Amino acid sequence: MNNQNTAKSVNSDSSTFDVEKIRADFPILQEQVNGKPLVYLDNAATSQKPNQVIETLDKYYREYNSNIHRGVHTLSETATAVYETAREKVKSFVNANSTKEIIFVRGATEAINLVAQSFGRDSLGPEDEIIITELEHHSNIVPWQLLCEQTGAKLHYIPINDAGELILEEYEKLLNKKTSIVAVGHISNALGTINPIKDIIDKAHAVGAKVLVDGAQAVPHTKVDVQQLGCDFYVFSGHKLFGPTGIGVLYGREALLDAMPPYQGGGDMIQTVSMTKSTFNALPHKFEAGTPHIAGVIGLGAAIDYVNELDLDVTAQYENELLDYANEQAAQIANLLFVGTAKNKTSILSFTLDRIHPHDIGTILDGEGVAIRAGHHCAMPVMERFGIPATARASFAFYNTREEVDALIQAIDKCINVFG
Amino acid sequence: MFDIKDLYQEVIVDHNRSPRNFGKLDDADKTLEGYNPLCGDKLTLYLKTDGDTINDISFDGSGCAISVASASLMTDAMKGKSMQEAESLFNDFHDLITTDKEADLEELGKLAALAGVKAYPARVKCASLCWHTLHSVIEGSDTPVKTE
Repeated sequence: MNNQNTAKSVNSDSSTFDVEKIRADFPILQEQVNGKPLVYLDNAATSQKPNQVIETLDKYYREYNSNIHRGVHTLSETATAVYETAREKVKSFVNANSTKEIIFVRGATEAINLVAQSFGRDSLGPEDEIIITELEHHSNIVPWQLLCEQTGAKLHYIPINDAGELILEEYEKLLNKKTSIVAVGHISNALGTINPIKDIIDKAHAVGAKVLVDGAQAVPHTKVDVQQLGCDFYVFSGHKLFGPTGIGVLYGREALLDAMPPYQGGGDMIQTVSMTKSTFNALPHKFEAGTPHIAGVIGLGAAIDYVNELDLDVTAQYENELLDYANEQAAQIANLLFVGTAKNKTSILSFTLDRIHPHDIGTILDGEGVAIRAGHHCAMPVMERFGIPATARASFAFYNTREEVDALIQAIDKCINVFG
Repeated sequence: MFDIKDLYQEVIVDHNRSPRNFGKLDDADKTLEGYNPLCGDKLTLYLKTDGDTINDISFDGSGCAISVASASLMTDAMKGKSMQEAESLFNDFHDLITTDKEADLEELGKLAALAGVKAYPARVKCASLCWHTLHSVIEGSDTPVKTE
């Protein structure tokens, strides 16, 4: 079922990339919005779903819907097998050592909260320090702020430069033997900056800190190898990876997860329960209390099959070319200011227009069928850094086209026209 | 289908470009902040009142064209109004942008330019932030207003 290894033989020359064939897999791309063909450029918020995922969900609900890990009947055994196969797929997708290291959660946000509370709450105290970055979105800020309030630990931020890149010299100054946790986004949701996480991880480990990488924006764009990176935790959401909402993954090194107390109590995470005490199930089930999002897990498995088939190296090259084209076109627009110009970035075009608020841009673009995100992208510290309340953000996926970039540019021209 | 210019009418574009009554009123006797946490729009209202009458009113802050134009038009409409008249206009305006009730366009005057907002549910908050802030001032609240 897993094509990760065989897919590498696909020609990585993106000129052979057949975008129309891929678009045919995504039924929503045929929709009209406000009488115009949908141009969906809000992929960093959530991605669209291919037929392969939609049909997998449909098949589960129509043919073998049942609870897992507890039934002796045929449907339950089938559902359990497909659910656990999906865990195998995730394990291979991020190259974890074992399926014991793959915990299913609601999304990247829940995964970070799980680590902050289960790993952090018992082990941190007032003498400890946590380092995050100015690029983080709120889900990789607030759980650490809560942990600091609970434990007295101190929170530090790696600053960014005007291009939206982390200033690593400042990171090195922040690191010391009191640093317990470094939590960093692999790729910035607001700006698209790809952070040098291997370097960040190595430096953190040199002072004995543990590292959590928030990969929510990374997994749709780049191959991830947690063993090669050496990170302690890696988290991502299924819905940004062409899978369902409400399902996400926490990868954690087995020895760490094994030593961590449960995050939630309930069914499936126990071995025995008596009136006075319970013993806990083995990994990964210790962290999956209650009936999980079975359909979500199965759908995520189908999404991983889908991107493996395409090969993320191939799609990333196509997306980079699309971003280059969008940048060239956007640079022709007077009064358009690029926000986030890192040398190493993914296919996110964040911008402002002089004297036109991003929310007005978002509404006018929507009238042209162009869906973008306008706002602070749940990354208010990033906005503060650039002294702006919000940006307009177009984020591209491998199913977007040059014609859609042209539609974006024409819609931006319309904004300028409306506001004179 | 809605034409985008039904929303961004000339009067709105104009009041966004050159907001009236923009800036702090130094001798204000009532001030209150309004904040829309979802989109980050922020404004402060300044009122100079004489018992029951709004003698002068101004605002400052930042936001989208809809929120700036709405505050500009609202402050223009409020000068010289009694608290009761202001409250009545608040109700009429609220109906205009959230309901299908027939609006008293004569009473609303230029404020009717914001009627197009009704077709854009996500933008209703932008137009109503300054109004909810004013409503709180009239009710005697000193708690900053938040719209969700």
